[in-house]
Amino acid sequence: MADQDTLYWEDFVVGETMRFGDKHVTREEIIAFAREFDPQPFHLDEAAARDTLLGGLAASGWHSCAMLMRMIWDGYLHRTASMGGPGIEEVKWLKPIRPGDVLSAKATCLESRPSQSRSEMGIIKTHYEVANQHGEAVMTWVGFQFVARRPAAARAVAAEAEA
Amino acid sequence: VSQFFEDIRIGEQVALGSHVFMPDEIVRFAKRFDPQPFHLSEEGGRASHFGGLVASGWHTAAVFIRLRVEQLNRQRGAEPPPPGERAPRYGPSPGFRDLKWLKPVHAGDTIAYSSRVVEKVELASRPNWGLVSSRAEAVNQRGETVMTLLGQVFVERRPDAARARSTPCPPRSPSSARSTST
Repeated sequence: MADQDTLYWEDFVVGETMRFGDKHVTREEIIAFAREFDPQPFHLDEAAARDTLLGGLAASGWHSCAMLMRMIWDGYLHRTASMGGPGIEEVKWLKPIRPGDVLSAKATCLESRPSQSRSEMGIIKTHYEVANQHGEAVMTWVGFQFVARRPAAARAVAAEAEA
Repeated sequence: VSQFFEDIRIGEQVALGSHVFMPDEIVRFAKRFDPQPFHLSEEGGRASHFGGLVASGWHTAAVFIRLRVEQLNRQRGAEPPPPGERAPRYGPSPGFRDLKWLKPVHAGDTIAYSSRVVEKVELASRPNWGLVSSRAEAVNQRGETVMTLLGQVFVERRPDAARARSTPCPPRSPSSARSTST
């Protein structure tokens, strides 16, 4: 759907930032994810978690990534001509994400280039930082995203509008 | 056998088992975390360059961590620590690097996972723990690698080794104190 609100590769400008959230984290969802995908004591049980490096119940790092993925979707990806992602350069889990935390994210476009092999899309590299309600960075993520280029028709319309 | 940091050898590889990605679980994961149209329905996938329903890359990664944890739990259960010793503690992880989604995981694909130890680092800041890095690989039923990543996990050091490090006495042998690799 090439409506006016859709974000194409051309709309992602190096150096620009976007902020989105908030995401409220519940104990139930931390435990539900851990039961299904990461059943380690510090993600499952408050008492068992107290005696670990995390010092209390905390979300699985992979759950944190999945939560940020959903925040990105709700923030802007739902109106982006996404063609998937080839991968992640680095994720750092800096601080535990606890039940009751409220997460917000800041995305900064680091790089942008057209695809060499596929003319219909471009690649953007984005740095995400997730902070909790205390303003502490809890996670960073540097990753790549494939985004469709603006259709030629839309480019022509945009050029006309500027003239 | 459950392994303390000292027991883990660089180059060790372990097969973690495989998983079949059924359409309903692909959709269920995507609805919660990654509702892009090609992860939500066969029709949405067919309308995209993927040509059909494909799993979220985060779903492929989440199944890796489940198989990894299950394998560690099996190790613990299969061979309890000898009398007077306890099982080593693992985790959490400070993060990962170089996660690559090389090929899509289509509905019905069988993905086999493995993990190979590539680096061990002693930590000055946490004398009772070491950091182990492993290269994970996920391969589909056609032998194509669909995902790789470089994961990290904190692994507890042998209590006797930790005691030796914390005593003010000189180390028992000149080479024992800070050597890193195997």
